[in-house]
Amino acid sequence: MATVQVSEAEKVYILHGIRDDLRVDGRGCEDYRHMEIETDVVSNTDGSAKVTLGHTAVLVGIKADIGKPRPGVPNEGYLEFFVDCSANATPEFEGRGGEELGTELSNTLYKVFNNKHSVDLKSLCISAGEHCWVLYVDVLLLQCDGNLYDAISVAIKAALFNTKIPKVHISADEEGGKEIELSDDPYDCMRLDVENVPCIVTLCKVGHRHVVDVTLQEKACSVASLIISVTHTGTVTCTRKVGGGSLDPESIFEMTEAGKRVGKALHAPLMKLLQQEESLGKTRQKVGFLG
Amino acid sequence: MAADMRLPTFQKSASLSVSAFDRKDLVVPGDVITSDTGFMRGHGTYVDDDKLTASVAGEVQRVDKLICVRPLKTRFNGEVGDVVVGRITEVQQKRWKVETNSRLDSVLLLSSVNLPGGELRRRSAEDELTMREYLQEGDLISAEVQSVFSDGALSMHTRSLKYGKLGQGVLVQLSPSLIKRQKTHFHNLPCGASIILGNNGFVWLYPTPEHLEEEAGGFYTSLEPVSLSDREVISRLRNCLLALAAHKVLLYDTSVLYCYESSVQHQVKDILKPEVMEEIVMLTQQKLLEQEG
Repeated sequence: MATVQVSEAEKVYILHGIRDDLRVDGRGCEDYRHMEIETDVVSNTDGSAKVTLGHTAVLVGIKADIGKPRPGVPNEGYLEFFVDCSANATPEFEGRGGEELGTELSNTLYKVFNNKHSVDLKSLCISAGEHCWVLYVDVLLLQCDGNLYDAISVAIKAALFNTKIPKVHISADEEGGKEIELSDDPYDCMRLDVENVPCIVTLCKVGHRHVVDVTLQEKACSVASLIISVTHTGTVTCTRKVGGGSLDPESIFEMTEAGKRVGKALHAPLMKLLQQEESLGKTRQKVGFLG
Repeated sequence: MAADMRLPTFQKSASLSVSAFDRKDLVVPGDVITSDTGFMRGHGTYVDDDKLTASVAGEVQRVDKLICVRPLKTRFNGEVGDVVVGRITEVQQKRWKVETNSRLDSVLLLSSVNLPGGELRRRSAEDELTMREYLQEGDLISAEVQSVFSDGALSMHTRSLKYGKLGQGVLVQLSPSLIKRQKTHFHNLPCGASIILGNNGFVWLYPTPEHLEEEAGGFYTSLEPVSLSDREVISRLRNCLLALAAHKVLLYDTSVLYCYESSVQHQVKDILKPEVMEEIVMLTQQKLLEQEG
């Protein structure tokens, strides 16, 4: 991830601040920065969302394509993730510099969504064993200011909410094979149920306390972090430890509990905001990238 | 604890002073400045079809026959005597490389720093080997620009007791064009913190030291925990600085102080919300106008 250098004295200042629950920008240890979410920003995708968390900006586009189901699960569709760390975010990502981070992020996303309940994959089936919908989720990092996992997961949830998959009719053609017809009406589409889509919470261990939504300076003072993906009921779908430092099993338990609490609290305001945005309908003024 | 999520809105710039636009001559790249061929072209201009055209966005400055355009947003172009806050990026033979938000890394020569104890002597080979004990990579320093090399790199010195290594505090990185040039850049604000407004856009906030340190050169940094009240003041100042910078208000001790006073009724973490930022900056600009007029 993009790193900044901090001096020893700055590290001590940040450490003591977190110990007293007053971070450099006045937040508590479990507060998020100001978040702005907008959906339907990319016109040639089936669903898209842009999330700005502090200075971190993430753009997600989802395209639905017809493909062959996976061998073990003939009546389910699937999701494919790809994370592109663009050089816009930081010069470190130029050329192939962002590849490592991109693969790490997409592998984590695969793990997070690798269960039956996050997205209803059966609804993505068209005809068992032959055709299904494949959702290609493309994530683009525009700006990097810490806490990429959380921003990406919120953006994916918003984009999935926004995704409109066209309805298909299967008819038999002359030779007895199946023909797929897309309906002519552009508004005749299927929406996904995103109730159970998890959100990722990153908890970084700084000193003896754990912190949510770290900035780059605070990340430079932490040696280990825990990434937890939590659904709206508090169920954990994936846990991952990153960083070179070690974590005590007791602190892992504490961090998991805190992560569940924080993650659970993320879903309700997000769904409310997405419903509100949807209800504005055509009258909504799209801000896009020129705000 | 709940995350603050909202839909994005177009950012309106809170600018009260319309008269400011009458005084300044602002141009964007491609704007024709003059068709008169009698003028010499300076920085930020080029000749296109016998017309003098601007190549950067900024204000036009005219000195007799020389026309140049000073850009509004640019890297720091240092002059002799500027106070800068920089971060050490490299330790080389007999000098340190310092990052100061300019086009090239600035240089801090070993002969330009004060040795601990205030001794004045020739630097020996041993001093060269122990350079890292004084300043390491990542350390922050405040220094003054001594001279400018021919390629534009700055040479700095910390040969005064007020300059040197910086201890505990918060660094805010802003655009150099927002810092007003003043007689002194070191201020002890009455709200309970101290501020160094570096000309290069780096602003350093730190708790006011209780007693003046007698040690020379400021190489001793205290790692004692800072009190909670001081921390709150510093966090509030940091958020106010970011709010002022987002609305392109010129930064100097008075504007920072007015902004701090206008923000007192809000919680520290709320200051970064767009509507609160707007409100605070409007109040600050009103106060500044009242003070001027």
